Amino acid sequence: MTEPEKKQYLFDKPRNVSLLLRSLYAICALLFILDFFLHRHVVHEWDSITGFFAIFGFIAYVTIVLLAKQLRKIVKRKEDYYDVDD
Amino acid sequence: MWMTELPPFVPFIIAALLAMITRGQLRNLILLATPILGGLHLWLDVPPGIVTTFSIMDFELQLMRTDRLSLLFGYLFHITAFFAAIFALHVRDTTQTVSGLLYTGSTLGAVFAGDLITLFIFWELMAISSVFLIWASHTERAIRAGMRYLIIQVSSGLLLLAGALLHYNQTGSLAFDFIGLQGISGWLIFLAFGIKCAFPLLHNWLTDAYPEATPTGAVFLSAFTTKVAVYALARGFPGTELLIYIGAVMTCFPIFYAVIENDLRRVLAYSLINQLGFMVCGIGIGTALALNGTVAHAFSHVIYKALLFMSMGAVLYRAGTIKGSDLGGLYKSMPKTATLCIIGACSISAFPLFSGFVSKSMIMAAMIQEGYDYLWLVLLFASAGVLHHAGIKIPYFAFFAKDSGIRTQEAPLNMLIGMSIAAALCIFIGSQPQYLYALLPWEVDYWPYDTTHVLSQLQLLLFSALAFVWMYKQGLHPPELHAVNIDVEWLYRKLLPNAAIKIQNMSQQIGSGITYAAKASLKDVAKIMGDTHIARLHLATSWPTGSMVFWIAVILGFFLLADAIH
Repeated sequence: MTEPEKKQYLFDKPRNVSLLLRSLYAICALLFILDFFLHRHVVHEWDSITGFFAIFGFIAYVTIVLLAKQLRKIVKRKEDYYDVDD
Repeated sequence: MWMTELPPFVPFIIAALLAMITRGQLRNLILLATPILGGLHLWLDVPPGIVTTFSIMDFELQLMRTDRLSLLFGYLFHITAFFAAIFALHVRDTTQTVSGLLYTGSTLGAVFAGDLITLFIFWELMAISSVFLIWASHTERAIRAGMRYLIIQVSSGLLLLAGALLHYNQTGSLAFDFIGLQGISGWLIFLAFGIKCAFPLLHNWLTDAYPEATPTGAVFLSAFTTKVAVYALARGFPGTELLIYIGAVMTCFPIFYAVIENDLRRVLAYSLINQLGFMVCGIGIGTALALNGTVAHAFSHVIYKALLFMSMGAVLYRAGTIKGSDLGGLYKSMPKTATLCIIGACSISAFPLFSGFVSKSMIMAAMIQEGYDYLWLVLLFASAGVLHHAGIKIPYFAFFAKDSGIRTQEAPLNMLIGMSIAAALCIFIGSQPQYLYALLPWEVDYWPYDTTHVLSQLQLLLFSALAFVWMYKQGLHPPELHAVNIDVEWLYRKLLPNAAIKIQNMSQQIGSGITYAAKASLKDVAKIMGDTHIARLHLATSWPTGSMVFWIAVILGFFLLADAIH
């Protein structure tokens, strides 16, 4: 186990990680721009806003994580909480 | 011809009996042949409209009733039983093998049940046969969780029985068709289904017990019980508006728990409730499109959820832990499992070309068609949540993230084959949905692939992923921690036991207090008695029982004599 590893794996190289992230940024930018050109048929008045789904996705995600952190403050207990009697 | 009328649960019960007395290759053959032959038989020989009855004491049970709804669930459960059996092929534990087969059999029994009593029988058999998949972990934790699971599941069955009998009393019929929320009987049956379907506040048995099951047992569990409940709701309560709201709550609350949960199989359990929420919404809307969406979503869900449970089972099997805080970097030793897990993650997140996309969108479309605009937004919000906990968290913290230093082997071949079949189905359903759509119970003209839908879904998902990257880099993402998060189960795992212990202690104290006081006062009486003159007389000393009887006889004799003299 303690033997130093020789093999370099895919994401051990920072270059690969940043390549992955940059492609994500590029795809996101492309998707947002496409919203101006491609005609989405609007299912509801809300999503007539340009980039509605992109903005909604981003905000929803951040909201979920931030709310979950607040929830953790309330519900978090030690790992053996149910195994020991008070 | 009689073969057509053979109820689909029968082969599995026979296989379970055979599995008890066979070992090795022969047993493996039975395990694999049963779902293949049973499934092919169902597919090729059994048309809709078959009814098989069985008479017992002047009462007719409908052991099998086929229509497009029950048949589709039947196909699904055979497929699942097949790849789950391959995944579990290395297990040399008769208990698990037999209970897996019995559980599959009772699930099929419930799906094809034509009356409520037959449904009740298989409903309870499912509970009893499946608990052994939890107990087979042989840990103290698993045994306790299994016991809680069993109590709750059996109670659900009892509610169903009570509801069925009342229903019979009111309508004179036990047929398992539309029931609706009318009268106490309707509500009792609704509640029974609701427990098994993990309605909010009734959901905790699922997140309590499934993560304690064996790596292979959890695959069976994730597929069967809750989907039978979805099936039962779709048959008994379609168009019940309450279900839309219940479903919407189910899609939302588990995502917050899933974000902060450390046990990755428990994350999947919360995610399971979230997915059930979409199906429950569809049943509540009750239009043909919505119900088709529910059934299609159940179909794709069972497969990708089983795939995710299999990949996490493989991690647990190889790494010995499933805690997000202790895992990471496993793609280095288990690249194939990691890839298969990512396919499951893409499917549940509903990426275009994967199975979740073609089924969830039907429910969403039905929702907007029926004018539930705000609830549609809620489901959209929940979809972003799915991407977080199932799409990103599960694969990321198990296989990537920080290198935990764990170096192990790739999952065994049988596990890889089981996962590969499920993964292939995820992609096949997602990219060729017409085959699944053709099997759906209602005639519907729906096609998921158009520019609008693909573009909006990709925007939603990739910008959510972008939010993850941003928050993770900023250190805003909550870390994986060794902790438990209390949920409704706190009531019966902490509050009630503690209250019971307190009451017991209190009553013990009160009891010993009373005894002490009584003893003390008796001592005083005895002391006073001892001090009197009477104490010195013969009759005041302690007496053996025999002499007491003797003296009573003397007294009675005396009275008799006195009476005679009179």
